[in-house]
Parts: sequence; C-alpha cells; structure tokens
Amino acid sequence: MYISYKRIEKITFGMLSPKMIKKMATAKIVTPELYDREGYPVDGGLMDIRLGIIDPGLRCKTCGGKLKECQGHFGYIELARPILHINYAKVIYNFLQCTCRECARVMIPEEERQNLLSKIDKYLQKGNVDAFRKIAKIARVMSRSVRKCPHCKAKQLSVKIEKPTTFFEDTKRLNPIEIRARMEKISDEDCLLLGLRPEFARPEWMILTVMGIPPVTMRPSITLETGERAEDDLTHKLSDIVRINQRLFENINAGAPEIIIEDLWDLLQYHVTTYFDNEVTQVPPARHRSGQPLKTLSERVKSKEGRFRHNLAGKRVNFAARTVISPDPKIGLNEVGIPKEVAMELTIPEVVTEWNINWLKEYIKRGPKQYPGANYVVMEDGKRKKISPETQEQIMNELTIGQAVERHILDGDVAIFNRQPSLHRMSIMCHKTRVLPGKSFRLNPAVCAPYNADFDGDEMNLHVPQTQEAMAEAEILMEVETQIMSPKNGLNIIGCIEDAVTGNYLLTKEAVMPKNEAIMLLISIGIDNTEKFKKFKENVTGKEIFSALLPKDFNFVGFSKNCKKHKVCEGKKCETDSFIVIKDGTLVTGVIDSNTIGEGNGTLLRDIHRIYDEQTSVDLFGKIFRLGIAYLNKFGLTIKTSDADIPSEIQGKVKEILETAEADVDKLIADFKADKLKAGVGSVSIKDTLERMILQRLNEARNEIGKLIARSAAPGNSSLIMSKSGSKGNILNLAQTAALVGQQALRGKRISKGYRNRTLSIFRQNDLSPAAHGFVRHSYKKGLNPFEFFFHAMTGRDSLMDTALRTPKSGYLYRRLANAMQDLKIEYDYTVRDANNAIVQFTYGDDGIDVSKSDGGTIDVKKIINEVEGTQ
Amino acid sequence: MAEKFDIQEHKLIPKHTKLSDDEAQKLLEQYNVSLRQLPKILKSDPALKNFDIKPGDVIKIERESPTIGKVNFFRVVINA
Repeated sequence: MYISYKRIEKITFGMLSPKMIKKMATAKIVTPELYDREGYPVDGGLMDIRLGIIDPGLRCKTCGGKLKECQGHFGYIELARPILHINYAKVIYNFLQCTCRECARVMIPEEERQNLLSKIDKYLQKGNVDAFRKIAKIARVMSRSVRKCPHCKAKQLSVKIEKPTTFFEDTKRLNPIEIRARMEKISDEDCLLLGLRPEFARPEWMILTVMGIPPVTMRPSITLETGERAEDDLTHKLSDIVRINQRLFENINAGAPEIIIEDLWDLLQYHVTTYFDNEVTQVPPARHRSGQPLKTLSERVKSKEGRFRHNLAGKRVNFAARTVISPDPKIGLNEVGIPKEVAMELTIPEVVTEWNINWLKEYIKRGPKQYPGANYVVMEDGKRKKISPETQEQIMNELTIGQAVERHILDGDVAIFNRQPSLHRMSIMCHKTRVLPGKSFRLNPAVCAPYNADFDGDEMNLHVPQTQEAMAEAEILMEVETQIMSPKNGLNIIGCIEDAVTGNYLLTKEAVMPKNEAIMLLISIGIDNTEKFKKFKENVTGKEIFSALLPKDFNFVGFSKNCKKHKVCEGKKCETDSFIVIKDGTLVTGVIDSNTIGEGNGTLLRDIHRIYDEQTSVDLFGKIFRLGIAYLNKFGLTIKTSDADIPSEIQGKVKEILETAEADVDKLIADFKADKLKAGVGSVSIKDTLERMILQRLNEARNEIGKLIARSAAPGNSSLIMSKSGSKGNILNLAQTAALVGQQALRGKRISKGYRNRTLSIFRQNDLSPAAHGFVRHSYKKGLNPFEFFFHAMTGRDSLMDTALRTPKSGYLYRRLANAMQDLKIEYDYTVRDANNAIVQFTYGDDGIDVSKSDGGTIDVKKIINEVEGTQ
Repeated sequence: MAEKFDIQEHKLIPKHTKLSDDEAQKLLEQYNVSLRQLPKILKSDPALKNFDIKPGDVIKIERESPTIGKVNFFRVVINA
C-alpha cells in the first residue's frame, strides 16, 4: 500500500451542481420497482446493479466487483419539476430578500458594494474565512428589506417564507421554478457578496433539478428469516420520490389540469423534504406502516445514535464483561472477584511452548464446559479452532509450539475494571482476578471511592488484555496500587471506610484483651509473623495489636479527628487521646480514626505510602482494613433507638436552652416591631437583619443542644462512636433524632413562601415567630407535628430537586471540559502542550509539582529536612 | 462610579514586560517552538496599554505563585 505523508491544509465544502450529480452518477433511475418477478434487481430501479452489490454472487455492472469489493456508485433521477432543498430554505430566503426582483442584483449602492467586494477579495486571498463571513453578513443585513433597488430603481415586494418550503411575494406564491430563475440571474460577484463562493456553490443549485441517488451499499436490504426482503428506510423514501416523480412526468406530458400537477408537485416536495430530514417542524414525519418514523439522511448523522457519536467516536470491544457489583472485604484491594460463568467465557491466549505444552493440553482436555478449560486454539496462521468434544482429540494431538490456547481466566490474571461515568483516571484500574462463586463482580469496599461505586445495583465492566504487552502496560500504569494518591489533591483516594474506621477507632481507643485472643485476631487477618507476638503480655491493649501491623522502622506524628486544637499541644496528656505518636513501629499514644486512615485525609496511610513501596503499603492498607472489621465483628456494634434516648435532666436542659432561645427571638421581634432594631452591616434592610439574627440565634441553640447531647450520651452509644470515629454520620444527626430537628431553610433563609403574609393558614398573618417560619422544635424520635412535617417536606423536596437538576448540568459541564483538554500533555521539558505542540503552560501547573506526589499541592520542605535529619 | 486608576499599577495585575528580539529568539529556541505555538495576548489587552508593541512581539509576564515564588509566562502579541 502506498502511504503518503501529506498534511491537509484546508477543506472546502460546496454544493453539488446538477452537472456534477450527473457526472458522478452511473445510472439514471426511472422506475420505483425494485426487483422483477425472479427477484432480480430491475434495470433503472433503485436496486440497479450498476449502483453496487449487496447480494452474494452478483457482480457490479459498473466496476465488476463482487460483494464487499464494490463500495457502490451513485445514481441520479431527473426531477419533473424543481424542488427546494430543505436544508437550504433559509439561505434561499436570504437570497430572495437581498436581491432585486427585477435585475437580480444585491441591493447595495454601487460604491458601498465595491468597497465590500474589495474587502472580501482581500480576506479570501489571505484565506481568512471568518472575516469573509462577517462581511457577507453585513452585506446581507444591509440589503435586506430595501424598498427600492438602488440599481434599476424597481420597487420591491416583501418576500415571506411559510415554513418550511413555501415562499410568498406579497400574496402571490413563488414556485421553485420562479425562485430558481431568480437565482440563476444572480451574478457571481453578488454571490460572493452574500457569502457563497460561486465556483463551489451557485445559488440555483440549492433548488434541485436532478437528485443524487445514494449507492445501494449505503442502504442495504435485509432478508428476513421468512425469506421476505425488508428494504432500508432510505430505499423506501427514494421509491416514494421516484414514484411521485414519474406520476408528475406523466401528468405533465398528458397535459393534466394545473391543480393536479401542483398537488403532485407539493407531494414530491414533501417526499424530498422528508428524505433529507424527517424531523422538520411543521412537516409530519414520514412513517412506516407500523407507525414508527423513518430514519432518513439527517437522522443517520445526527445526535447520540448518529454516525459520529455512535459509530465514529464510539468503539466496541471483545473480551469484556458487565454485571452487578457487590462488596467483599476479604479479597485484596487490588483484586476483583469474577463469577465462574464469566471466567469461562473470557479467555487469555497462552502461547504454546515446550515448557507449557503439557499443562495446556490439560486445559484443552477439559474443554469449554469444565472450569479451568479452554475455548479456542489459535493456529500459527491466525485461524481459530473451536474446542468441542468432536475436535478436542484432534486439536490436542496437533498442538504444536507457536500455537496459542485461549484458556479460561485463572486467579491472578490481569483484568481492567471500570465504572461509568469514567470521570477521572481512577475510574479505570487494573485488578488481579479472583474466580469466585456467585454471579456478581466482587470488589473490596475500600476501592468504592475511586470508582464512586456503591452496591445499590451498580454494574461495572471488566476487560481482559489479550497480549503480554497490554497486560504489562495495564499492570504498570493502571494497577490499584499506583492509583492510591489522587492526582487532584495529593490525598489518598483509597482508605478505610465505614466499619474499618469504627473498628480501628474502638480498638486503639480502649480495647484490652487476653493474649490468646489478640493473637487469634491478628492471625485471622493474615498476620503470621510470630516475632510480633513476643512482646505481648498477659493482657494486650488495642494499641499494641494495631502496632503489630506496622513496620518496625515506621515513625509518625499526627492528630486525630477529635483534636481540640489547643494552642500548645498537650501531647500525651491530651484528654481525647488525640495526639498520635508512632515510634519505631509502635503506637505510643493516640487513637486511630478517619483522620489518620480514612479516605481523602488519611495522614497515616499517606506517610506509609510515601515511605514504603507500593506493594507494602497496599498490603498494609488491606491489613488495617481487615483488622478494623475483624475487631468490630468481635466487639459488636448496633445502632438502636435507645441511642437517641436522653436522660430526663438533659431533656430539661434542652428545653431550657430552647426556651431562652425562643425568648430571645421574641425579644428581637418585639424590638423590630418597636423600630428599635438597627440595620446590620452592608446596605441590608432592617427586616433582613432581623431574619439573619433570628436564624443565627436558633442555629446557636441547636448547636448548643448538639454539644449537650454529645456530652451526655452514654459512652457506648453506637451513633456517637460512629460520628466520633468519623466513619458515618455526625453529632448533628444524633441531635436531630434525639432532641430537635431545628430550623428548616430554603436557600439559606427561613421559610417564607405560601399564603399571603404567612406560610400556612394556621398561623396569623405577619407572624414572625420561629414556629411560623419552619422551626421544627421536635425531634425525629418524638415526631413532628403536621406543620413541622410540612416544612420539613418542603426543604426535603427542594434539596431532592436540586440534586436531580444539578447532576446532569454539572455532568455536561465536565464533559465539555474533559473534551477540551483531553490531548494536553506534559512534555519532557515540563511544558504542557496541546495536539499542535503549542504551549499551554511553560511549566506544568506553573510550579511543576506532581500533585499526587505532593503534600496537598505544595512541597513541605521542613518536613523533608526533618525526615532526612531523622528528627521529629 | 469608582475612581479611575492605572490597572498596570494594580496589585492583582502581574508585571508585563516586552522581550527584546534577541530574548524572544532565545525563548523560541529554548522551547523549540514557533511564534504561533506560544500562548497569545491581544494587542488591545488593557495590561499592555501604552506599550510600544506590534503583533509578533513577545510579552513576559511575571506572576506570583503561592508554591514556587515567581513564575514567568510568555505570550505573543496578536491582532484582534
């Protein structure tokens, strides 16, 4: 094959002239019939064999090619009367408006006209098409709706369009023949002035006198099981056109009355219009007998299911699987559980060598129906032979070195796992396979975050790389291990979640257990290094158990979630045990919680990842994760309604706080009514100030109550444990359930919509009290009264709608952003460049920092120095 | 209406300077690019008011960076 390395400099789009259409065509179509009685394509019909071949056995009359050799050839039909091209109706309208009805010149005074023409000439010579278009637009605006032609002084009538294809001059209808006559009269210079390059597009070509017939290869018919032929939508539409066209011809030749001819003409116009675009407004779409609209030319190209987005931009692959996902915390972070059914369908080609030939023969022997078997054998010449009970014996005997056996997936194979929408690179990661019973893909819950997956019915895709190169590439670039640090902020996107956080929190906080139990716990999560157990005494603390996971040389200092942020850290004496010190692999003080091992801010995980290699850190992550879950299983954690019970004296205090708050609000309202309130900062009204103060006061009360609840809750309160460890929920949730729900807000303000001067009809007009504006003073547990419930439902519905509307909007925004930046690349000189090698940034991010290797986007020089010097 | 002021003096406007032809040539060689491959700036950009420039000149912009201190950026002047 000849390969030419040439650059496309420009592309010109133009219209086909009738001459060109005839020149391109290999056949003139004259009859709407498709096949004769023998089922052979009719000469001069739409399936004419000069237009290409879609049946095996026939040869193309034009090029002599067989099926698949001949790409098809165009034909044409002569239209009995000119027909408007629907997609040019607007342009035609423009031209009619801008040119004189007598002399067909653009209605711009000569001087101005020359001026514009010289500009156009200049721009075209430079190749500045945009500027040319701008001038043409100016010319169109200038010449439109001029009453008197500046050249021949003829009076102009207003031209109107009745969509889609009918034109009127005043009240008289302009038929396509008249329009075409006008277009023909327009000079080449005037075309240029109105934005058409006459050498590529003469205006009269917008009105069709002949029409190209696309090759049959582009509209193949399908043979149904019954032997019947089903024609393509385009063929249907074309045969309509040809049929009406012939009728029109006959009627004209027979000298039929003008009314009949005009009716047929309109009908032909309708068919040609829907042939080009079947979704034109005001035109009823042409339909199948079943009632479903035909897919004609425009619909083939347009929108998501069109040629571009579906066929050109969208690709399909083999060796892929898709099913529902479910969690399995016992498999590794970098593993994916695969159902046996899938494993037996997806295969890996294993090249036969003298060392594995016997091993592979076992697979062939088991065949496609028994689990670790094989489905195909690829011969040296690339032909694939299916393994079946009949062929098995022969294939096995003929198996030679160099062939490849497509064997089933085994544990430890490389697979690429993906969840849509693939918004960032962590949406597609490489996992090691693990064949499991069941019918769903299994994944470790810790990798839910990068995929943004949950298990409410999510499905995910799996791909199996087929060559050694692809497997190596996937392993090196896409393994879960390599994706722990998010490139968006340098924080770990994979970390402990839910039970794993709670478990580690409880373990490191207060747990103590006998030595044998501790060792059992550790062994159950895969720690079998007895060296670690030697230090254990009679009773082992949770901190010691946690330490058993850590490498001996690991040092770490950090703060936990509940750190009170004292000016001077109280260190070991910290009341919440929030100062975390790990020295030489031993957790000395501090509790482990979401701040240290959680997703998105696990400082401990981050340090481990920085210091040790990826394999070690992923291993350790898995162990920490499993330890948390194992301990929580042992400890037990239940949320129960009694979590939200509060002792009566606390209830009294809550009531007290509420009452003072309400009294304060009442006072504010009284002040406001007595005009004693002053407007706040900024030019807000006094009313706004009042609203803000009320809102502030009520929120204050709620926070106070929240703190009170947190303080008074029993130490074993499961909801509290979860919120303190940072695994799920916060104190506010508990306070809302136990004490009060609090102010309901719409767009940051108290609820004020509803009836005139009041929210609901049970309140007085202009009532400013908390209750009348959405303050819910009951708790979820006690139950809301009807109007509280209504207010609560209002904000609930509002936020629901908000998320439902925001998701697609932001998704589209993101898509546009991603598409605009998809081929930006960092070159070796650190510059960011686009596909044309043009510079976008001189150094990546202007600072050259790889965010995923940084400390939250910066480089902490002090920390590095400390580490190098070995001081803490 | 707010008081009129010179935006080139404003603290949010980084310092713009014109590169000499030699410097510009050096820059292009350093990055192995042509003028068309540089980021662009309109001749009418307010930050270039009162500059003696023509299309094809290269402007150096010295920006402050929170992470790295000073950052130099270069733009080629173009016509609107």
